[in-house]
Formats: sequence, structure tokens, C-alpha cells
Amino acid sequence: MVDILNALVVLANFVLVPALAYGSQLALGALGITLIYGILRFSNFAHGDTMAFGTMIVILATWWMQKAGVSIAPLPTALLALPIGIAVTAIVVLLTDRAVYRFYRKVKAAPIIFVMASLGVMFIMNGLVRFIIGPKEQTFADGARFIITARDFKHMTGLHEGMAIKLSQGITLITAVIVVAALFWFLNRTRTGKSMRAFSDNEDLALLSGINPERVVLIIWIIVAALATIAGTLYGLDKSYKPFTYFQLLLPMFAAAIVGGLGNPLGAIAGGFVISFSEVSVTYAFKRVVTYLVPDSWAPDGLVQLLSTDYKFAVSFSILILVLLFRPTGIFKGQSL
Amino acid sequence: MRKMLLATAALAVVSASAAFAGEIKLGIELGFTGPIESLTPNMAAGAELAIAEVSKSGALLNGSTVKGVRADSTCIDSGAATAAAERLITSEKVSGIVGGDCSGVTGAMLQNVARPNGMVMISPSATSPALSTAKDDGLFFRTAPSDARQGEVIADILKEQGYKSVAITYTNNDYGKGLADSIKANFIKRGGKVTIDAAHEDGKGDYSAEVGALAAAGGDALVVAGYVDQGGSGIVRAALDTGAFDKFHFPDGMVSDKLVEKFGKEIDGSFGDNPGTDSPGAALFQKMAKAKGFDGTSPFSAESYDAAALIMLAMQAAGSSDPAKYKSKVMQVANAPGTKIMPGELAKALKILKDGGDIDYVGASAVELIGPGESAGNYREVTFKNGKMVVVKYR
Repeated sequence: MVDILNALVVLANFVLVPALAYGSQLALGALGITLIYGILRFSNFAHGDTMAFGTMIVILATWWMQKAGVSIAPLPTALLALPIGIAVTAIVVLLTDRAVYRFYRKVKAAPIIFVMASLGVMFIMNGLVRFIIGPKEQTFADGARFIITARDFKHMTGLHEGMAIKLSQGITLITAVIVVAALFWFLNRTRTGKSMRAFSDNEDLALLSGINPERVVLIIWIIVAALATIAGTLYGLDKSYKPFTYFQLLLPMFAAAIVGGLGNPLGAIAGGFVISFSEVSVTYAFKRVVTYLVPDSWAPDGLVQLLSTDYKFAVSFSILILVLLFRPTGIFKGQSL
Repeated sequence: MRKMLLATAALAVVSASAAFAGEIKLGIELGFTGPIESLTPNMAAGAELAIAEVSKSGALLNGSTVKGVRADSTCIDSGAATAAAERLITSEKVSGIVGGDCSGVTGAMLQNVARPNGMVMISPSATSPALSTAKDDGLFFRTAPSDARQGEVIADILKEQGYKSVAITYTNNDYGKGLADSIKANFIKRGGKVTIDAAHEDGKGDYSAEVGALAAAGGDALVVAGYVDQGGSGIVRAALDTGAFDKFHFPDGMVSDKLVEKFGKEIDGSFGDNPGTDSPGAALFQKMAKAKGFDGTSPFSAESYDAAALIMLAMQAAGSSDPAKYKSKVMQVANAPGTKIMPGELAKALKILKDGGDIDYVGASAVELIGPGESAGNYREVTFKNGKMVVVKYR
């Protein structure tokens, strides 16, 4: 019995808790991608760098607050800086919409042209972020680090194995739940949200019934900016902030959005968790878990690891390809590519 | 035949005396950007200190002055490092290179640029055992010891701490792999057990997956053969957060103030080592460094001073700044017999050499070049107490 508990704790410490936090971060990112796809009908490659940009503003605001002595300890100051980050990011994405995407909407350009335009926006964002804050890793997390440390957990439970839950992981989960609930309430219950869904379902009908398309676009960009900034800040608090890793996040986020069904918000969330749990569990070495569960004589010598951790990105790629081959519309029905 | 010999001799005399006063340039190619960028400023300052000392003395080759030219090796990008070395030789016309820093780029610079151009390179910090056997035409030296030796030192430290089993993670390149192999072989030879040796990629945002695998294999301590500005710190962070390991061993570039700044008391009881000595030379160098406003205890800073000093002393011994002529003199000035030379005594050494005497350069890192022209190796063992780095002893 104790062995089973120990096995569970190891699994929770190295797989469940990290995957849950990572999954929430991916889900928030994938929501942004899926909303853009649903309403504006193109894959926004600039999303990863929008996240990097938003997080950068949050970091700058956090530093400023830290210097001014503002603090909400034990919570990280970055949470306080979030609204500033969201506001600035919203202004910037609205400006890019004005400068780039609006033109292509007017000429009713093909989706692929939008995608290429977003690639251009991505490179500019990329450069902008590196120009302002630099390519290096930045630290901005403050406040308490842990809800419970591995050592305290061992002490409390008397188990052989410890489980650590970082404060950032807890914050990620809670924030993700709040944000998703708010988003769904907005989409399903408010007039504006309903008009957006109508616009997404059938643009022509929506236009006929008097929905102002530019207003829908304006609101969707603000929501996307908020989602990107929140997702980026949570990822940065939990892991680390480096512009390049945010660019790399693009792949798992797209995989999550596509797996769940592009354009389907519920799918994006499910996709985020599918991707994170597969990435973490496929590359996890199960040796310790197995050793607790089987009789001593069966204990494995090897690491019981399916894939080396170097292949983490390969997991997202493989899932992406499998889904596109066998179920192009994703788990939940989204638009097919 | 006799006439021709005479003519050659005469020519040699002319060209030797043609070493008239001028400006000699020395390349300083280190990774000013990249994974060890927090160490390189102190390394370059070390080399430039020796250069300034010689230049001021006016004793080198009939009063030549020396100027250091910095170039970025990036530590990891062989293409960029090769291009930078090309530039040093073809457009800056340097007469010797202090560098490169990391083993991978150093090997690339040696094979692609130094050998084709016949340029002498003395690396202060490339430690891969593979460089001992690399073809170098007698052009390559290092004031840093090979990791074959460091592996023994680390295995000894681990053994003395009473660790029976350790896990090793290394940065995925020539340096990391070489060091990890050496530690593993030596620790097993001393009766220890290595549960896993796994590479980690630098530059990731999150290392919890890598640490998960290391934790699954287990071990009393974790050896992190990486870079402090890169994945090395990420691994330590994740290992501490998940409670997977709380004792570490940090070789080379991991030992830095950055490490203490990042982890403070969390790494209390862990150990580290990097090339260094408690020789009088080291103390002298640290004092000189302090006067110049940089940290002489920073890893490989002393070795950089020595690398630059050796190049200039060899030039003096050969009476020429031509790499083809002075390359054979490097070993001679570095080793006994001769008058022992400490840091700050370069002017004296130049004078002895000019008068035809012999010197034994000791310098800041107690240089003794062995085998294929590499340092025999002195190491500084450090530990962490109450969030501070404390020197234990020198080996």
C-alpha cells in the first residue's frame, strides 16, 4: 500500500503536476490561436512572439514595481503587472491589425496570404522583443517559490518520496480556470460574444443581421492579446523567460489547437492537455514508479523511458501529423485545414 | 653548396635583425557572447593585462609594442568562431591568438584556420581530452589542463565526500562529453557507481523532463558538467524544485558568482572545482587584477594572462614574431630549467631572454606544459556554505 502511494507521489511530482501546469499554459496559448482562426480565419504564426512581447511588458512593469517597493508577497508582483502588459500588448496587436491585416481583409486575400503576413509580423515582433529586452534569460519571479516543498511533503506524510508544488504551478492552474470560465461566459452569455460566434459560424449571415465586423475584429484582438500575455507570463513565472523559447512554444501550441479542432475553444483546452501529458509522459523515465509497483525481483535495470527528453518536440510533431492524417478536424469538431 | 649555405645564413641574420620595433598584434578570441559570456570579460582582461605589461616594458623585440585585438568565438558556433579567427589573421594580421575558449570551437579554429595559416594558438580554457591528440603541427598549446586530469580530481572529491553513486549530466558538446566520460571512468575505477550519464541541450526554457530522467536513475549527488549561463543552471533549478537532488558537484565554468547569486543557500554542502592554484603567482596575479579593476579569481582569468604571456615570451626567445619561428620556443620558456618568472615580472623575463638566458615561466597558474603542450593541471576545490563559496583546498 505504501509502495503504491510512493509510486503515485513520484508520478505526481514528475508527471502530473508539471504536465497540468504546462498543459494550462499551452491551453491558454492555443485558445488565442484558435480564436484567431475561428474569427479571422488564418493561422497566426506571430502568436508565440506576441506572447514574448506581452511577457516582456509585464517583466518591465514588474521590475518598475519592484523598484518602487510595490509587492503582494507571497504572490509574485508580476500578477499585479499583468493589466499593464495586457493593455500595451492589446494596443500593439491592434496597431499591427491596422497596419497589416486590415488591408488583406479589405482585398479579401486568401488565407495563405494572411499566414505569410503573420510570419512577417512574427519576425518584426521577434526583433522588437530582442531589441528592447535582449535575447537573454530574464528573471522576474519573486514572492514565495513553493506551496509545498519536496522535503516538507516527505516530513508531513512520512513517505519515502517527496512531492513539490510550486506556487507558480498553483497560480497557473487557478488563473487558467478563471480565464477560461470568463472567456466562455463572454462567448456564450454576452451579446458581443454571441455576435462573435455568429460571425465565426457564418460571416455573410452575420453581416446581414447587422453585426459590425470591425468591432468583432477589435474585440477578438484584445481578447487574444490578453490570453497571450497571461499565458506567456504564467509560463515565464513557472519556467523561465527567454524570447527564443517562446518562439519554440509555437509548435506545441499549434499542435494543441489543431488536435482539439481549430476554431473550437473547448478543443484548444483539451488539446493543450493532450499535448502536455504526451510530451511529459512519453519522455519520462518510469523506473522509480515501476520499481515501487512490482516485486523487487522484477525491478527494471533500465530507465523505462520511451523516448529521450531530447525528442520532446518530436512528440508534438508526431501527434500533429497523426491527427492531420486520421482526423483533420481534431478531437472536437473544428474546421479542417 | 657552401655558398648557398652562407647565403641562407646571411639571409637568416638579415631577417632576424629585421625584427625591428613595431606594433605586434595578438588576437584574443573568446566567447564574449554565448554560454560562458559571464566569464570571458575577466579572461580577456587577464590577457590584456599581460599585453599591457609587455608593451609598457618596451623590452620585447627591440621595443615593439603589443596590441590585443578581441574577437568573439561565441563558444558554441564553430562557423562564427572560424570566421572570426580568419578575420584576425587576414585583416588584423595578428601574430598569435589567445583562444579559443570552449573545446568545440577551439578544435574548429585550430583545424580550419590556425593550421592552414600556420598561426600559433594558446587556449586558456579548452579542456577536452580530444585536443591532446588533435593534429596541430606544433601550433596549439593550452594553459588549461585536459579533462582527463579533471576527471581524476572530481572522482577523488566525490569519493572523499562518501558518495557511492552519482548521476552525471553534461552539456551536449565536445567539452561536456569529454569531461563526463572522464569523470565516469575515474569514479568507476575508484569503486563508485554512475547511475546515468545523460546529455542536456542548452538554451531550453525548462529542464524538468531531463531532471525527471536523472531522478529516476537516482544517485547520492548530481554532477552538472554544463555552463552556468545556460542549461547547467536550469538543471540545478529543476533538480532543487522537484527535490530530486540536493547535493551537486560543479566542474569548471559552473563555479562562478552567478551560481551563488542564483541559488544561494539552496546549494549548501555541494562542491565544485575549477583550474586554479594557491601558488604565490596566483596571489600576485589577483592583486594585479584588483588594481586593474577585474576579478582575478574568476575561472580561467589567470590562464588567460599566462597564455598571452607565453606567446610574447616565446617571440622574444625566438627573436621573431613569426609564428613559424616562435612556435618551437613555447615549451622552452614555459618549463624548467631557467629563472622562475612570476606574474608582473614579464619585463625581467624579456631581458633575460634577450641576453640569451633561459626562463621557466610559472605565471599566475603555475604553468607546467606537458605532453602535447598542455598544462599539467592544478585545481581549486570549493564548497558552498551559508550561501557563500568557500575554497577548500588546491589539488
